[in-house]
Amino acid sequence: MNIKILGAFAAVALLAACNQTPTPTTASTGSGAVAPSGPVPGSEQDLVQNVGDRVFYAFDKSNLSDEAKATLTRQAEWLKKYPQVQVQLAGNCDDRGTEEYNLALGQRRANAARDFLVAQGIAASRITTISYGKDRPTAMGDNEQAWAQNRNAITAVK
Amino acid sequence: MSIIGSEFLPPPGLGRRGLIGAAAASTLVLPAAAQQAPAPAAPAGKPGAASAVIDVNRARAAPIPIAIPSFTGGTASNPNLGRDMAAVVTADLANCGLFKPLDPASFIQAAATMGDVPKWADWKAIGAQALVTGRVQTSGSQVRVEFRLWDVLPEQQIQGTAYTTGEANWRRISHIIADVIYARLLGEKGYFDSRVIYISGTGPRNRRVKRLAIMDQDGANNRFLSDGSWLVLTPRFHPTRDEIAFMSYANNRPRVYIFDLGSGRQRMLGEWRGMTFAPRFSPDGSKVILSETRGSGSNIYVVDLDGGRETQLTNPGGAIDTSPCYSPDGSQIVFNSDRGGDQQLYIMNADGSNVRRISFGAGRYATPVWSPRGDLIAYTRLGGDTWSIGVMHPDGSGERILSQGFAVEGPTFCPNGRVIMFWRETPARDSRGNGYSARLVSVDITGFGERVATTPTDATDPAWSPLGA
Repeated sequence: MNIKILGAFAAVALLAACNQTPTPTTASTGSGAVAPSGPVPGSEQDLVQNVGDRVFYAFDKSNLSDEAKATLTRQAEWLKKYPQVQVQLAGNCDDRGTEEYNLALGQRRANAARDFLVAQGIAASRITTISYGKDRPTAMGDNEQAWAQNRNAITAVK
Repeated sequence: MSIIGSEFLPPPGLGRRGLIGAAAASTLVLPAAAQQAPAPAAPAGKPGAASAVIDVNRARAAPIPIAIPSFTGGTASNPNLGRDMAAVVTADLANCGLFKPLDPASFIQAAATMGDVPKWADWKAIGAQALVTGRVQTSGSQVRVEFRLWDVLPEQQIQGTAYTTGEANWRRISHIIADVIYARLLGEKGYFDSRVIYISGTGPRNRRVKRLAIMDQDGANNRFLSDGSWLVLTPRFHPTRDEIAFMSYANNRPRVYIFDLGSGRQRMLGEWRGMTFAPRFSPDGSKVILSETRGSGSNIYVVDLDGGRETQLTNPGGAIDTSPCYSPDGSQIVFNSDRGGDQQLYIMNADGSNVRRISFGAGRYATPVWSPRGDLIAYTRLGGDTWSIGVMHPDGSGERILSQGFAVEGPTFCPNGRVIMFWRETPARDSRGNGYSARLVSVDITGFGERVATTPTDATDPAWSPLGA
């Protein structure tokens, strides 16, 4: 639980530093040797720091950008490395859409990310999806930068 | 973990459709003094005198001047109950915009000295067309509230009714009296004896706590129905029972639930693979129409409340069909869909046939709701930085914008269709979300008389109850 919270905070901090379109939260992985203080391999924190836990969408869209596909490809590789890990994909929207429509749009985004992972060979049974519509924004502002951060699908270790 | 125990506070007695029956209402004949009085108070009224009874469709230009002195009397627990009841009646009539309650400071005849028959000249002198008088008395463990409505110019009583009820119902009886005045003078039912169910929001935007809440239409008697353990959205009133359909994320399974206001119990509506959302009852109360996510899209289903049989109405092949709402006669359904590329309004027959698009203006169209009168559909229109609440006829003609803002969303009609409530969000001014607020706002369907409702927290997702619920 604590690890999850730390992971979320780290992502927010990285995203807040971006001025333009958000980028996946991929940190330098160095040589691959796990430092003594690094995240536990296969953990939520590992996913956030070393793989990237979220992909972003254009306004009112659910198709995956090349950047999103690259992030999801890394997630698929990571999931193959830790076959015991189950994940939830949460689709989210900015608040520039109506509530009910955004619930459906968030689900569409989560499904698009899930379908990509499944196409990469990840068993569908390891992935659940949920949509929060516009009700779980990452960024709390009301501007293009905040909205871009909030149009996402976030992968979380269950 | 029990959903009922963790999610909902026990709200015993929040159903109240039985109350009217308990509040015995009896018709008051003209007071004896009036019957004995000479011509001025004759039941037929003064021949040829103009009446306060008017055509409601002309009311916007000329609200009815009405005098509402404090009702006389009170109870042991509230000696000023008569005054408080008159204040509720006054606020209802003033807020609807169709009446102009006169300033009590202008009254020549004071309520405290008023006998059973008004001194007509005193009320004519201040321009009152209608006069309301009332009296509150203790009757055993209950209160008896008499009220009379007088048409000043023809000098006649046009309504006299007594209600006997528990004192706790005093606000409700006041609203009922305001509805009677509205109906007698405007010729159509009022909407004051009604409630609004909505979603309360507290805490930072990224960890918002959302709770089901209910209040009287004037903002009084606010109650929270859930404790915020789970995200809840989009509550809607049943047309004839004390029930609410809404969406809950209980146990992280977002589904449509039915909540019983009387018992406080809730149940999931059906077993679904996908997320179910956007519920609304059919006008006869026997069915719920809703959306279920399926594949990349969402389809519209109708569910029988008894038996749970599900019928799929739309299958847009990956498009999003949602926010369905029946016409008041139950024969048609309006909804929004992005099947044509972006969100627009469509109407179909209740069996899913004959789908046709009705919105063609600039921007995206969403959240359609059919007026209880049947002649208008209210909606949210999304265009860049400005959203609008508007109405159009069911054939798409006569589009009118009633309110605009950064985010205005989710109209709901009051029971007689003359007022719309929606919610307005004020954008955050910084990255911490400071400055953000969400308020319930009502506006007359003419676009006049916009009012912000008083709610104890941020508020979204309003849904007006039927009259008397």
